[in-house]
Order: sequence, then C-alpha cells, then structure tokens
Amino acid sequence: MARNVNLDIALTHLLTRKRQTIVAALGVTIGIGMYIFMNSLMAGFSRYARNEIFKMNPHMKIFREDEISVPLDGHSTEGNTMRVLINPAITTTSKSLLDPQRLLENVRQISFITNAMPQVNVDVFYNKGNSQCKGIANGINIAEADAMFNIGSTILSGSLEALQGNLGGIIIGKGIAEKLNLNLGDNLTISSSRGVLKIMKIVGVFSSGNKNTDESKSYVNIAAAQQLAKQGTTYITDIYANTINSNQALEFAQNVQTITPYKVEAWQTTNSDLLSGDVIRDIMNGTVSMTILLIAAFGIYNIMNMTITQKLNDIAILKATGFNGSDIVGIFLRESIFMGILGTVFGLAIGAICISVLSKVYVGGPIGTFPIYFDAKVFFRGAFFGIGLTALAGYLPARKAANIDPVSIFRK
Amino acid sequence: MSLANTNAQSVVLSARSIGKYFYTPEKLKVLKDVQFDAYKGEFLTLVGKSGSGKSTLLYCLSTMDTDYEGDLFIDGERITGKHPTQLAAIRNHSIGFVFQFHYLLPEFSCLKNVMIPALKLGKYAYKEVEERAYQKLEILGVQDQALKPASKLSGGQQQRVSIARALINDPKIIMCDEPTGNLDSKNTQIVFDIFKQLAQNNAQTIIAVTHDTDFAAASDRTIELADGRIIN
Ligand SMILES: Nc1ncnc2c1ncn2[C@@H]1O[C@H](COP(=O)(O)OP(=O)(O)O)[C@@H](O)[C@H]1O
Ligand SMILES: [Mg+2]
Repeated sequence: MARNVNLDIALTHLLTRKRQTIVAALGVTIGIGMYIFMNSLMAGFSRYARNEIFKMNPHMKIFREDEISVPLDGHSTEGNTMRVLINPAITTTSKSLLDPQRLLENVRQISFITNAMPQVNVDVFYNKGNSQCKGIANGINIAEADAMFNIGSTILSGSLEALQGNLGGIIIGKGIAEKLNLNLGDNLTISSSRGVLKIMKIVGVFSSGNKNTDESKSYVNIAAAQQLAKQGTTYITDIYANTINSNQALEFAQNVQTITPYKVEAWQTTNSDLLSGDVIRDIMNGTVSMTILLIAAFGIYNIMNMTITQKLNDIAILKATGFNGSDIVGIFLRESIFMGILGTVFGLAIGAICISVLSKVYVGGPIGTFPIYFDAKVFFRGAFFGIGLTALAGYLPARKAANIDPVSIFRK
Repeated sequence: MSLANTNAQSVVLSARSIGKYFYTPEKLKVLKDVQFDAYKGEFLTLVGKSGSGKSTLLYCLSTMDTDYEGDLFIDGERITGKHPTQLAAIRNHSIGFVFQFHYLLPEFSCLKNVMIPALKLGKYAYKEVEERAYQKLEILGVQDQALKPASKLSGGQQQRVSIARALINDPKIIMCDEPTGNLDSKNTQIVFDIFKQLAQNNAQTIIAVTHDTDFAAASDRTIELADGRIIN
C-alpha cells in the first residue's frame, strides 16, 4: 500500500465518481476510435490509390519531349535587325532516344535505381473485319515488364510466357477483346500510324481494372513494336525505372536528369492531378480527426473544471495541511491522464476491431474489400494525441486548482 | 535577531508589527501593529468581538495568508517572504490546523483523513503512518470510527478526527479558529481537555481563536483584539 499520496488521492477521487470518470473516458474512447478508423481508412485508401498508379506508372520515365520550334533570332548588324517569323510547330521528327542502350546501362548503375527497362510505344489500330479500334501497342520485354508492373496478376486468359520471344504474339486488353469480339488464339490485324500492317496472334487477355487501358493497350515484343514503327533495333521511345523509395522519386528524377538530356519525369509529376486530390483529402482528414480529438479533450477539460469547483474545500484543506501547488497540479493531472489513458486504450481497441472487421467487408468493383489497413503509425499517433491532449486538457484546470487561495475558501 | 535571543529556548512563534489591509469593498486596515510571542507548551487564546480581526490574524500566523506587513518568525526562523512551496512544507511539519467547520475530506475514511498529512510528510512508512493515525484517534477517543467515511460522523466526532489530523505530524504549533464554535458543552470540554494535555504533556503550543469566555479564561494566556489591535 506504500504508494504516492497524490496518486492515492487522485485514484480515490476517480473511484468515488465512477460515472463521471467513465463518461469522460468514453468521450476519449469515441474520439480515439474515430481517429484510428478515419486515419486507417485514409491510409488504406492512399495505399490502394498508390498501388493503382504503380500498376501502370514506373517511379520515373525517361523520354524525348516534343520540341517546339522557336523564332530564329535575326542577325543584328549595326542597328539593322532582321526578324524571321516562323509558326511554332513540333519539330521532333523521331521519338527515339539516341543510344538508348548506353543510357539504360547508365541508369541501371545508379544506386537508388532498382530496375529499369526500355519500351517502344506505337500508336496503332486494332482491326477485325470492318471493326476498328484505336490504341497503343506497348513493346516490352514481357519478363521485365512483369517484374515492374506485375502484369501476370492481370492476365485473364493465356499467359505471359507465350509472348516471350514470340514476335507474332500479342496480349490485348479485355476491352479490345470485347469490342472486336476476339478470343484467345484468334488472329488480329494491326495497323500502325507509320502504315505498317501486321497480323498477330492473341496469346493473352488482361484486365488492369482501368477501362481506358483495357480498351486501348496491348503488349507486344520490342522487336515487333519496332517493326510497327518502321524503325531499327536501336529504336526505343521510353525508359521506365523504379527506385528504392517511390516517395523520393522527385529527387531521384532530378538526379537522373543530370546524366541525360532527355526528359526525366517522376510519377508524381505524371499524376499530379491525382496527388492534388490526396493533399485535399489529407487536409480534410487531418482537420476532422483533430476536431474529434479536441472535442474529446474538451470533455475532459469540462469534467475536470467541474470537479475542481466541487472540490474547493478539499483543495483548501490539502493546502492548509501542507500540500503545495505542484502537489495539487499532480493530483488533478493524474486524474485526467488516468481518464485519458483509460479512454485511449479502449479507443485503440475499438479502432483495431473496426479495422479487422471492415478489412474483411467486400465493397465490390476493382477495389475488392474495404481499403483499410492496420498501420502502427496511426495507432502510435492516436495514443500520443489521446494522452497528450487529455493531459493538456487536465493541466489547465489543475493549475487553476493549484492557484486557489485556501484562506478565501475558509472565510466563506 | 534580538527578539529570538531573549527567550531562545521557549519562543516558538513571534509576530512583529503585523499589519494587514483589505482593499475591497474599500481600503481597510484590519490588523494594526500586532506584536506578540507564543511560547513552547503554552495554551494561548485569542479573543475579541466579531470582526475584530482574530481570524485574519490567525490566517497570517498560519502562513496561508502572505499578504501582510511586518514579520513572522517560527522557531526563530523568518517565515515572511518565503516561497509558497516552502510555506506548504512548514505547514506540513510544524503547524496543525483545526477549523470551526471540521473540513474533513468526505471521500476518505477518518483514518485516511488523519494519515494524509503524514503521507505527504513522508517521514514514516505507510504502515507506521497508519499505526500513528490510530494512536491519535485513540487519544481523541474516536478510534472505533476510524474506518467510517468522514461524512458519516457526528459534528463532535468529526471535530475530534480533525484534531487528530492536526496532531499527526507532531507539530510545534496547533492553530484553531473557533474549534468549539459548533460543539455542545460536553464536546467543548473534551476538546479543551485535549488541548490542555497537549500543551502540558507534549509541550505543543496551542493558539486558539474563541468566543467562549470560559474556554479563554481557563487557558494559560489570553490575547484580546479590538479593531485589529491587541488591547490586552
Ligand atoms: N476577504 C475580505 N475582504 C474584505 N474585508 C474582509 C475580508 N475578510 C474579512 N474582512 C473584514 O476584516 C475584518 C476582520 O475580520 P475577521 O478577521 O474575520 O474577524 P473575526 O474573526 O475577529 O470575527 C472584518 O471587518 C471583516 O469584515
Ligand atoms: Mg472569525
């Protein structure tokens, strides 16, 4: 029983007012539970959205940017200026990167690059009989592409292996197959913007979960794509690279930019529209969850204020018998921290239960189950804010209690 | 400190020219040049008409009120101007306080009420504090009420528990503001006898504000206040 007398008094106060203690703690429980739930859902959704992005985007792309012609500056000769006016127009004649193999090797050697692969993208039409649809043939080494985008998991029928080294093979999106009524094993006529016609055999059908992609994209071997583009074997339009940390892609891209004149674009730049939505969502989520926590803390503040008003006599007695200001702060701070801890522990538990239940709930569509997941960081932050805010909420009334003048109480 | 030297052995509390103002509703000087010494083992009573400043003086002596002029010495040490935390410590080990309205902590048992100042002092282990608290309750004849909640006792019993609480740290001085104001004559007699004994047997100094002329007459010495001044 030899315990701290301030703790002893605090616990007695809490136990003799169980109802009040529970109500105050319950406020914190609900606040923390909501905080955990909202933040886990947001974290889960962000992660889901990221994964969607990285299904199609590498951390960075290297490509040749279209160049626009600029007005030629006149030769100024002693005050006589001649200006040549030209209509601005795209002057790029070839989309090819020069000496792509060397660039690829150099990129692969950078320490933060985990993998890199070349691609040839060609605008094409898929034809069957009189039906036609427009799209992009993506010339890749299927094994490399699978390593980067996990294409294997999107295959509905056929296989990736069937494309490996098969110049006449093609894997098409589900949308194309439906529009043109094509099945695995059918032949498909492809015409490129360069006027090349090529008959290819469907060795696979994929579904990426994105309708646009499924209705336009196909995978072919690099060599096949080079033929469609009417180009030689050095023709490469893009280099895709992944890095050790997608969050640092912007810096990494800047770094890579120093070794090549071509455009190096990080995924954040490519998807800035999606990311600006992320920022708004984070702000909203932060505001709402902080508000919830503040309301919970305010509940503690109110109850502690009320307690202190009811206990003016007790505080005066304690001071008269030798308890100093920090003892009084200690007593009431312990009470609110205790309520905060009690509430927070149950709040974390409720948050965890919500997550484990919801993560099994199927919401349908390409999302599958609820994109909520258990993130230890969210729990740490919840515990920190829960206890920290209640401590602060308790400290203000406790300090008021410490400043009470016992004489003014005894005179009443 | 010349005053302490004159009777260094026995002066426990010394008030030097204590003056005190209240500023509301208007500036009013309620204590004027109050000067006296209290000796070890002395049972001292403070009397005077209602409003003469007895309580105000006692609060200054108790170190709870620090807003006064003049100097206060306890055990030869100047108390005036000390930090509130130091004053709290002095109250804890050197001063026991008994109020007219017994002011026990209602959520705690009588025993715990008595123990709390000793737990704060931290001189004895919990078990010892408990034993000592029982002893004090026994001295006051309320040991059989020890485990009851303070609010379940009669007025006289509560007052005795609060005296036990004032005694728990064996303070040099026990201060009381009308300790018998709410008690019947039988309980008043009991409290008086206890104070008498504490002064005689334990050499503790009692400073009690009272209305009761018999009570005052039977004490060792009486100081009379009128209009904030000692007149006797
Ligand atoms: N808080 C206060 N503010 C203003 N005047 C006060 C206050 N407390 C007491 N007084 C005044 O001080 C004087 C002395 O009061 P008090 O010490 O309580 O007298 P006693 O205890 O002798 O009856 C009275 O005139 C009273 O009205
Ligand atoms: Mg009075």
